[in-house]
Order: sequence, then C-alpha cells, then structure tokens
Amino acid sequence: MLTLLRIELFKISRRPRTYIAFAAIAAIVFIFQFAFKADGENYMNLMLQSVKDTFEFEKVRAINGYFMCYIILNTLLIQVPILVALIAADSISGEANMGTLRLLISKPISRTQLILVKFAAATIFTILLLLWMAITSLVFSLLIFGADDMLIFRSKGDESQILLISRDDVIWRYLAAFAYATVALTVIAALSLFLSIFAENSIGPIIATVCIVIVCTIISNINVPIIDKNVKPFLFTSYLVGWKGFFYIATDSEGIPIKGSIENWPAIRNSLGILLLHIGGLVAASVIVFKKKDILS
Amino acid sequence: MSSIISVSNLSKQFKDTSAVNGLSFTVNEGDVYGFLGQNGAGKSTTIRMLLSLVAPTRGEINIFGKKLSTHRSEILRRVGAVIEKPDLYKYLSAYDNLSIFARLSGMKVTRQLLMKQLQMVGLGERADSKVRTFSQGMKQRLGIAVALVHDPALIILDEPTNGLDPQGIADMRNLIVRLRSELGKTVLISSHLLSEIEVIANRMIIIHKGQKMVEGNVAELLDPAHSLIQVETNDNETAKEKLKQTQWAAYLQEGSQLRLMMNKDAVPRLINDLVALNVQLLSINSSHSLENYFLSLTTLPGNVDPFAN
Repeated sequence: MLTLLRIELFKISRRPRTYIAFAAIAAIVFIFQFAFKADGENYMNLMLQSVKDTFEFEKVRAINGYFMCYIILNTLLIQVPILVALIAADSISGEANMGTLRLLISKPISRTQLILVKFAAATIFTILLLLWMAITSLVFSLLIFGADDMLIFRSKGDESQILLISRDDVIWRYLAAFAYATVALTVIAALSLFLSIFAENSIGPIIATVCIVIVCTIISNINVPIIDKNVKPFLFTSYLVGWKGFFYIATDSEGIPIKGSIENWPAIRNSLGILLLHIGGLVAASVIVFKKKDILS
Repeated sequence: MSSIISVSNLSKQFKDTSAVNGLSFTVNEGDVYGFLGQNGAGKSTTIRMLLSLVAPTRGEINIFGKKLSTHRSEILRRVGAVIEKPDLYKYLSAYDNLSIFARLSGMKVTRQLLMKQLQMVGLGERADSKVRTFSQGMKQRLGIAVALVHDPALIILDEPTNGLDPQGIADMRNLIVRLRSELGKTVLISSHLLSEIEVIANRMIIIHKGQKMVEGNVAELLDPAHSLIQVETNDNETAKEKLKQTQWAAYLQEGSQLRLMMNKDAVPRLINDLVALNVQLLSINSSHSLENYFLSLTTLPGNVDPFAN
C-alpha cells in the first residue's frame, strides 16, 4: 500500500498541471499583498468608516501580517476547491483517458487499494496546497507587513462586529483554521474522486465538481427558513467556511475578548463531524462503485 | 502437460448485447495460443475477463489451477499483459514507466535490472526519454518490456502488432517465438493478422459472435487436405459450369471466383481434368492459410465448418 502511495505521489509530482494550483495561489497572494502594501490605508478607511467615532485603532497597525492572511483566506478558500478538483478529478478518469487504468487494474493490486491510495494522494495534495497557502499568505505576509493585534470584521445577522485578537493569541487559531480547511477541502477531493470513476476524461468530473460546489454554495446562502432547516444542514458547502469560527473570539459580560477562547466550539466540532461523514460516505461510495465497474477504456 | 488457463462456460452480457456466450477453452503450459475472431467477436472482452478488468456474467475462469475470482492478486502476480495499445504514462520516461509497473507487480527493482529489460527491447538508449516522444513501435516494445519485467509465467497479448511496421511485426513474432522456445513461457495472443498466428501459434481458437467456432492444434486445423485452390482461366464462369458437371462439383466454393476446397495432392488431377474439358488455364494457386480458414468459418451462412464433412 505504501509503495502504491509513493508511486501515486510520484506521478502527481511529475504532472505539470499539479504546479498550476501552486502558481495560481502564489500569484493571487502576491497581488493581494502588493495591493494592500500600496493602498491598504484606503481599504481600512472604508472598513472603519462607520465606527471611526467609537473605535480607536491605528490603521497602519491594523494592516499587519495576521490581518492580511485572514483577508486572503476569506477570498482564496472559495476558489481553492477548483484547484483541488484539478488533481482529484483526474485520479481515475485521467488513468482511463491515458489508457493506463486497464494496465493498473491488471496488476496484483485490489480496486479498493487503488481507490484508497488515490484518495490518500489527493488528500496529501490538498494538505500541501494548504501548507503552500499558509507559507505564502501567513509567513510572507508577516515578513512583509509585520505582526500585531488582529482585527476581524464580522457580519452577525443584521449587525456588524469588529473583533480584536491580541497578537499572542492568533497563531494557534491559524493552525486550527488550516487544519479545518484541510478537512473541508478533502470533502471536495473525495467528491471529485467519486465523480472521476464515471468519466473517461478529467474535464467532466472537474466541471461536475465545480458545478456541485457552486449550486450547493448558492443553496447554502439562501436565507429561507424551510431551506435553513431541511436542506442546509445536509450540504457540505454549509460548513466549508467553518474555519472562521476559530477567529470568533468569546467576550465577557463587558465585551472584552477572552484570550484563548472560541465563541462557539460545539458548532465547529459539529461542522467537522459532518464534513468527516461526507468524506467517509464519498470514499465508501467510490470503493463500492469502482469495484463493480467494468474497465472498458 | 498441465493447463494454465481453463475457461468454462464464460459469458458476458452488456445490457442487451451478448459479447461472450458460453465460451470454454483451455490453454496448456508452454502453448502459444492464438485467439482469433473478427472485430466484435468477443476477443478483447474475454481477455479483459481473464485480467479481471471485466466481471463475467456467468462462467468460471481458472488460471494456474486457481479460481480467478478468489485468487486474483496471486494469479495476476504471475501474468504479464499488453492490452490493445500499450498505453503508458506519456509524461514519464521509459525507465520511470517500467519502474512503476515493475513495483506494482510486487518486484524489488534495481536500475541494472530495468536497464537490462529496456536493452532487451532495444530501448536502452532511450531509457530517460519521455514516452510522448516515442513512435508507436517503440511504445509497443516498451509495453512488452512492462509485461515481461516481472518474469511472468503467462503472457497475454491483445492485438500486439496493431500499428506496427513490417519490421516491428517481424520483431514481435521473433520475440513471441523466443518467449516460448527459450524461456518456456505460455502465451495467449489475439491478433487480426491471422497469418502471424499461423506462424507462431501451436494451438488456437476461433470465436465468432462470442461463441467458440473451433479449437485445436494449428497443424491439424491447417492440414493440406483443407487447402483452398484458386484457379484462373480465360472464362471462369464457363469453367465453373463445366466443373459442376464433374466430380469436382462437391469442392467448388461459392462466389464469383473459381475456388475449390480440396486436398492439395489432387491438384495435378484437377489440372488434367480442366485441360480435358477444354478450359484454358492461366494460373492456379493453393493456400491453406489460417486466414482462409478463418474467413471460411466466419463468412459462411450459419457459420458452418466447411471441413466438417
């Protein structure tokens, strides 16, 4: 199994398309960093306009590495599923397209092993992608903008909130957020892998994955009670941005943030559980379908 | 001689289409077994079932005396295959491809071993070249190296000469002959180039519409008593009418050409009779190739064996 995984990772590492995702992330992060370095103060003026009389915080201090990383993650984590799908959706369909699937299956490895290894490889790719995001968006931003207390702008129902997290209370939140994002994006990898079993080229499953994510995201954002209650809890897209929960710091009765706290840990825990159930269900379905599939490509 | 492959009552149904229907055959140890049939006859589906790519609807496959359905990995470790085109990872080098498939077969690979294998198929100098730069013949040779790298006892080759030039076909033929004579391998080969099978196979099966038409030793099936004699005269129609009035009528074949299915030893007597009938003879050719036999089987109405009587 380990040999099979090594072979799978070797193949992924030798494909040029693998590096498209890394290049795309680096390019987007660099553009963000450049824009905020050049014109971040105007952005801050805009964001703090409504609270300038009641909230005192130096705008220059507000644009720091931690704040930049949060802004970048907010934008990027919506697009990254496409990059994950680029690799994961190619897992089986790419082999079928190249004609190598029949050679693989005629080797003494079981179909279950093959699916599990493809899934493991896609998960490792997802982890590497998020590590790369962490390096470019957090480490590089800290190097460029420095470290300071972190401002979070939050919409809660009809009201807007500004949360302030002290600089020595931030890093663990990012580590937890990246870990959560890994689980969330692994759902996308599992979905792409499942869809790739049905296709003989990778374009179909990539498009199908993106369409499912878009449709489910739209449904997740519809605020109608019947959907809130009966549909949203079952959609994985309702939990993709759950990583933000690690930055929603709890406050005491006087509104002072409590260091090291999270406002709603049970919600995060439940979200993680539902995402893991999705992963388990999709991988199990992939194994069952693939075991019965006739390889005709 | 023990049987390496034993297939019994094998069937495969794809929705409304029956690709293979009640097929049974046996491949013995050391055989080069020709697997023949027209396009769509069910050859590739059968081969895919032998390699567990396709699940049979009915029937049983035993390889090396074990049931494929329950001893899959154990069996496939001792099988090498080239299935239709030798599709490999185009973005990887020949060496990397060989290394990957050798390791997937459970081998511990060394550079020396892989290079030896590549040199055997004449790709030693292109070991580090990407497969996408290879010609069809080179890909085919690399496919053969992949199939042989783990020293399998049984080699399955599905249409291995597809897309090869005459030199490539000759090389492939020599390789298969060597596999049997020098290395004692058992080979199952399907091909459209039936003349190739005639030269290299010692046993064969002909299938048509998923069913077995005939199975046996090539030498017996191509007995000179079953030669196809083609006669060319200045007026084939008249000559045919005249022959219909003689004892040769029983050997005349359907069609516009003047052809007789008969023992080759009787050709001098046929020539004498044609001369006696005042037929002006231009040429006479005899053949007993597998291709004629195969075409006779698969093109006659009702697929009746013309040699049965």
